[in-house]
Amino acid sequence: MSTYEIRHEPEKTSPWPLLLTLGGIAMVSGLLVVLAYQITRPMIEANQRAAVARAISQVIPGAVSHRAFIIDESGLRPAEEGERGDIIYAGYDEKGRLVGIAARASAQGYADIIHMLYGYDPRCQCIRGLKVLKMAETPGLGDRIKSDPAFLKNFQALDARLSADGKDLEHRIVTVKHGKKRHPWEIDAISGATISSRAVGRALDASARRILPLLMPHIGELERAAPRNSREAKR
Amino acid sequence: MIRKPQIELRPSPHIHAPVDVVSIMRNVVFALLPVFGWHVWMFGLAAVATLAAVLAGSLGVERLVCRLRGENSTLGDYSALITAILLAMTIPPSMPLWMSFVAGAVAIGLGKAFFGGLGYNVFNPALVGRAFVQAAFPAAVNTWPPAFFEGRFSGLIPSNLTPPLMHPPSIADWSMKVVDAYSGATPLAMQKFQHQQTPVWDLFFGGVTSYATGAPAALIIVCGLYLAARRMLDWRIPLSVMAGAAGLAAILWLHDPAHYPDPLFVLASGGLMLGAWFMATDMVGSPVTSLGAVVYGLLIGVVTVVIRAFGGMAEGVMYAILLGNAATPLIEHFTQPRPFGAGRRRGKGGGA
Amino acid sequence: MSANPAKGPNAAQERTWDVFAEGLWRDNPVLVMMLGLCPTLAVSNSAINALAMGLATSFVLVASGAIVSLLRSLIPKQVRIATYIVIIATFVTLVDYAIQAISLDLYNALGAFIQLIVVNCIILGRAEAYASRNPVGRAVVNALGMGTGFTLALLLLGSIREILGSGSLFGFNLFGPNFEPWVVMILPPGGFIVLSLMLVVFNLVNKRLGAAVKQGGGHGHAA
Repeated sequence: MSTYEIRHEPEKTSPWPLLLTLGGIAMVSGLLVVLAYQITRPMIEANQRAAVARAISQVIPGAVSHRAFIIDESGLRPAEEGERGDIIYAGYDEKGRLVGIAARASAQGYADIIHMLYGYDPRCQCIRGLKVLKMAETPGLGDRIKSDPAFLKNFQALDARLSADGKDLEHRIVTVKHGKKRHPWEIDAISGATISSRAVGRALDASARRILPLLMPHIGELERAAPRNSREAKR
Repeated sequence: MIRKPQIELRPSPHIHAPVDVVSIMRNVVFALLPVFGWHVWMFGLAAVATLAAVLAGSLGVERLVCRLRGENSTLGDYSALITAILLAMTIPPSMPLWMSFVAGAVAIGLGKAFFGGLGYNVFNPALVGRAFVQAAFPAAVNTWPPAFFEGRFSGLIPSNLTPPLMHPPSIADWSMKVVDAYSGATPLAMQKFQHQQTPVWDLFFGGVTSYATGAPAALIIVCGLYLAARRMLDWRIPLSVMAGAAGLAAILWLHDPAHYPDPLFVLASGGLMLGAWFMATDMVGSPVTSLGAVVYGLLIGVVTVVIRAFGGMAEGVMYAILLGNAATPLIEHFTQPRPFGAGRRRGKGGGA
Repeated sequence: MSANPAKGPNAAQERTWDVFAEGLWRDNPVLVMMLGLCPTLAVSNSAINALAMGLATSFVLVASGAIVSLLRSLIPKQVRIATYIVIIATFVTLVDYAIQAISLDLYNALGAFIQLIVVNCIILGRAEAYASRNPVGRAVVNALGMGTGFTLALLLLGSIREILGSGSLFGFNLFGPNFEPWVVMILPPGGFIVLSLMLVVFNLVNKRLGAAVKQGGGHGHAA
């Protein structure tokens, strides 16, 4: 057994050695952390870009390149690095034609907030793909929103048409009980995972209602904004 | 280990009654036999096979644990048999036999052996096994086959013979062949999710329907009363479980009869009767004081109805009894009888 | 634990092995000391998560052990805990960036538990109880042993949970498409149940070993 010394009251020492040690070590460790950050940053950013690109090609069928934009009340503009706001990704095929738009959506699920990316096809005015980016739903039940083939079939052509005045969706996106789907704007829930399925519906509904009315007037700008050179196409 | 010879000092009376653990356990088995017989009549060979698989799992683990501990085999004390019978009646007979085996092994291993064997288990072992398979295989545990299906005495249900670790085939196709109309839901699930109530009469006396009911409530009560009459279970527990459940159910039902079931349905449906008479009364996990037994029973009854009415599941008896088991030491602490002559509120037990 | 008197000609070698084996078996952080159970139970739902967590923790253990041991005569004892924490936090941050650079999926799967290595009591415990009073070589060997013991225990736990809970090991499907997953195994209760089973087996083996050593001549570690 190793013995622990019993430390009685501290001896009287001047505070300077303490400050110097702690300060010195903190400074060295600060330097190390900054160094590590600098070294790994390009790799981390490359990983993040690759993850975004992978997700976009999954939710927009046929997209080989994409550009990021920010949409708000004042209009559409290319997203700068690190900018905050509603980011949308316009996906283009090999010939530079706009094939779809990807946007983020999130809602409170059963365990935590579910973050997802969905692809919107402006030609059919419908949602063409869904990818769950981050969630903490129950394995085996709620997490089937990520993999259940029948559930993902809902997002092959989920109706998200704008109403005649262009201010809202024609029909709000709703999740209905398993087997009760009657309309193209309804999502057929997974039986046994209704809460998670509803969260997906709520997230899509909220995101589509906010973004689409702002975006649709600018759809022409997106069509003309196809990436020109290969460097941009890769991003 | 050297054991000192023990001299027990006890207050009178000193007459020795021939009641020991084994004879109590044997009587519990006798009392369970008619209930299990009904179960077999409803589900046929599949129910027998399920019991066999559960028994294999539970006796196997019991034997293994005895050998590892270097103790004499405790197979002969019937307690593993009781655990197996109770467990076999709470899981659907259509479960793959390998899952039933796992349930039996977990019930004894996790529910009893880990805590030190018979007499030391905190929770009812059968319910520990049931809760484990509920969490491990939710789909298989929640699909019941139709009762009284044709050909039940000539063969098993196809899903019984699923190879170990494999996913069982759906029993929906099979049940279309053996009964006319079948939904797969228990009466409780139909009441909760589809608002269709099974007639209480059928639940109490076992009407011949294709509903996957358990044994009829009346039969369980008669068998339980046999044990109560022989003083082998504390009658306060089942009565207060029923009182707690019926009481809260009555309040809810009077408040909104369209949404909540009536108290009689609550009492007769699901596993409440079996739980109240045969699981909550497990001598190890329930309080010994008489006031404690009442508190414990009421707690189980109320929690059952709370889970059924407000929870995500249709049935709540299992978790209610497990919670009751967990609360038992606390209940006993607060319900120690006051020794005669001790001052009020002062000589409170607890024996720290 | 570490102060076994030297005996025999190659005592130094034996002692090095003892220092290493302390964490590997005799004082295994998970199975004997029961330290660091929070990450143990939380991220052991698959073998790869468990391995990554084990390696990350081992790296922090070894690196911080080495530095603490090197600086042990310079650090005033009044601020030693604060200093250890700064050292440990530095290495945890390095690991955090490194894992993000290697794989974002892995980083997301491990969640907050990488950052929480800072408060893993194995590391501060080793820094205080061993590294701060032993030379660098021994401190590193001891930390390596502890790290290996932690990683192996975690890997075993993660493998069992992944095999039963998903029917795969390191993502390779073992049982084909018809496997019925034991959902409970990837949920928190599965972690507790499997860990308890591992403890039962570990104690059984230890008991048998102890009995064998006693019969075989009576030297050995008096635990």
